[in-house]
Amino acid sequence: MSIHLRSVAELAAGLQSREFSAVELARHFLARIDKENGALNAFVTVTPERALADAARADAVRAAGKAGPLTGIPLAHKDIFCTDGIKTSCGSKMLDNFVAPYDATVVARLGAAGTVMLGKTNMDEFAMGSSNETSYYGPVRNPWDRSKVPGGSSGGSAAAVAARLAPVATGTDTGGSIRQPAALVGISGLKPTYGRVSRYGMIAFASSLDQAGILAPSAEDCALLFAAMAGFDERDSTSVDAPVPDYVAALGAPLKGLRIGVLKEFFSEGLDSATGALVEAGIAQLRALGAEIAAVSCPNLPLSVPTYYVVAPAECSSNLSRFDGVRFGHRCERPRDLMDLYKRSRGEGFGAEVKRRIMTGTYVLSAGYYDAYYLKAQKVRSLITADFRRAFAEVDLLAGPTSPTPAFAIGAKVDDPITMYLNDIYTIGANLAGLPAMSVPCGFVGGLPVGLQLIGPHFGEARLLTAAHAYQRETDFHRRVPAAYA
Amino acid sequence: MSLTRRDVEGIAHLARLEITEGELPVYVDSLSKILSFVEQLNAAQTASVEPMAHPLEGEVQRLRADEVSERDAHLKYQANAPLVSAALYVVPKVIE
Repeated sequence: MSIHLRSVAELAAGLQSREFSAVELARHFLARIDKENGALNAFVTVTPERALADAARADAVRAAGKAGPLTGIPLAHKDIFCTDGIKTSCGSKMLDNFVAPYDATVVARLGAAGTVMLGKTNMDEFAMGSSNETSYYGPVRNPWDRSKVPGGSSGGSAAAVAARLAPVATGTDTGGSIRQPAALVGISGLKPTYGRVSRYGMIAFASSLDQAGILAPSAEDCALLFAAMAGFDERDSTSVDAPVPDYVAALGAPLKGLRIGVLKEFFSEGLDSATGALVEAGIAQLRALGAEIAAVSCPNLPLSVPTYYVVAPAECSSNLSRFDGVRFGHRCERPRDLMDLYKRSRGEGFGAEVKRRIMTGTYVLSAGYYDAYYLKAQKVRSLITADFRRAFAEVDLLAGPTSPTPAFAIGAKVDDPITMYLNDIYTIGANLAGLPAMSVPCGFVGGLPVGLQLIGPHFGEARLLTAAHAYQRETDFHRRVPAAYA
Repeated sequence: MSLTRRDVEGIAHLARLEITEGELPVYVDSLSKILSFVEQLNAAQTASVEPMAHPLEGEVQRLRADEVSERDAHLKYQANAPLVSAALYVVPKVIE
């Protein structure tokens, strides 16, 4: 089998048996990126020198008998993670000239585990988007059909893994930005519990919702990478100091007796019928594997999109106030005075969607409107979280679709923010409540992949990975690769 | 909720964003639509509901000891600054 079609565990075995070296493996993927990235636009920065240096170090570690499960495994980082000495743009003109002065904790931990950095992936500007069309560097294309979007905001990571330009990639998920692109390109995506993975060095969008995770072909691949990312970090004040279970061992746990709730609110109008049928077939497969299936309702969940579009812009307007044209980032030419410096630097540096969200957030936080919008949304957020808490008293996991439709055409929704926002109708709830969730491939509609979403209780990642892995032992959707990239 | 051009100009000023004449009607339209869309939250009964303060129940923001924990690296950080003089960030004159 071609090297790039192998799983992380298979690549690790090949490295361990000396079938190939880490340097040879890095060269293989760098050559693929060189050949294919032009048409996909998945990477914004490729780091061949860094990759070969990382790989040489990995080979030396292995020769010294000190290799771990990830030593020599190539990966791509979403360009939202700070990488010391390497441009970190967050998909924005504002940071087009920004060279990060330190590594994000996620980058440092995966580096310490022996991974090899291939480069930085394209993304919606400041992670604000569901189609990867808001990037300053242009849209990413879906490897299954290059006229379609790959989803967003981790669209570059998703496309890179789907086309096997990287075996795995990091991502972030504020309202679905790992799960929705994973679904739209036919790979697996894990969004962990809020606080499980450090946010240090991850450029902030909405701090009460942002969480780092993994995009990879399979749940097993996700578990291997996640095991190296998860855990307490004193540099993130919301990092949770709780024991990290053995996620890789959890893959082998039996599914029998696991109670899975089918969320009634996820099968309402707006769900494409062919997509819904595949998701129902996926749930039937889980039942056949021994899970108990029950109907569950979270009545406030339909309010998750409007809640999110108050809370997330509010936090974004606050977080993005740091971009002032003074300390780093874009600065306008010849400012007349300080106000002109701020306004023109920000007006020129931010794209249209980012400006729209900053202004939405500024409005809902402004005097006279705070109670009506922001406080109201935080109360509805409490209601949604309470719905999930009641559901998890009855079941172990929740299931439903990841996205209401398969990938749509580039340009189709870009002029209508509300239609675009509704792409995240099934993913936002988990962010509002801080819950872990996954998307796994469950079939194809018209040649385009569809994702099955599983949501767990707080710190229930092991259970999610158990269910996803059991499903993937019986199905091969996660092994399918677009013909052009096989 | 329908915003006027003047409303959007006011919001843009608060947000320190320069908006061009061409962009203005686009934002008047899309921000009005977004605010109308989120008005469906008014249907939720929240009289006795506490606003959410943290995604994890019972968790509070952790504080650290007030001790020096980082080495001085201003040269590295200021390498990203648009304009620096004598280790100071330079901005247009603000005091007449």
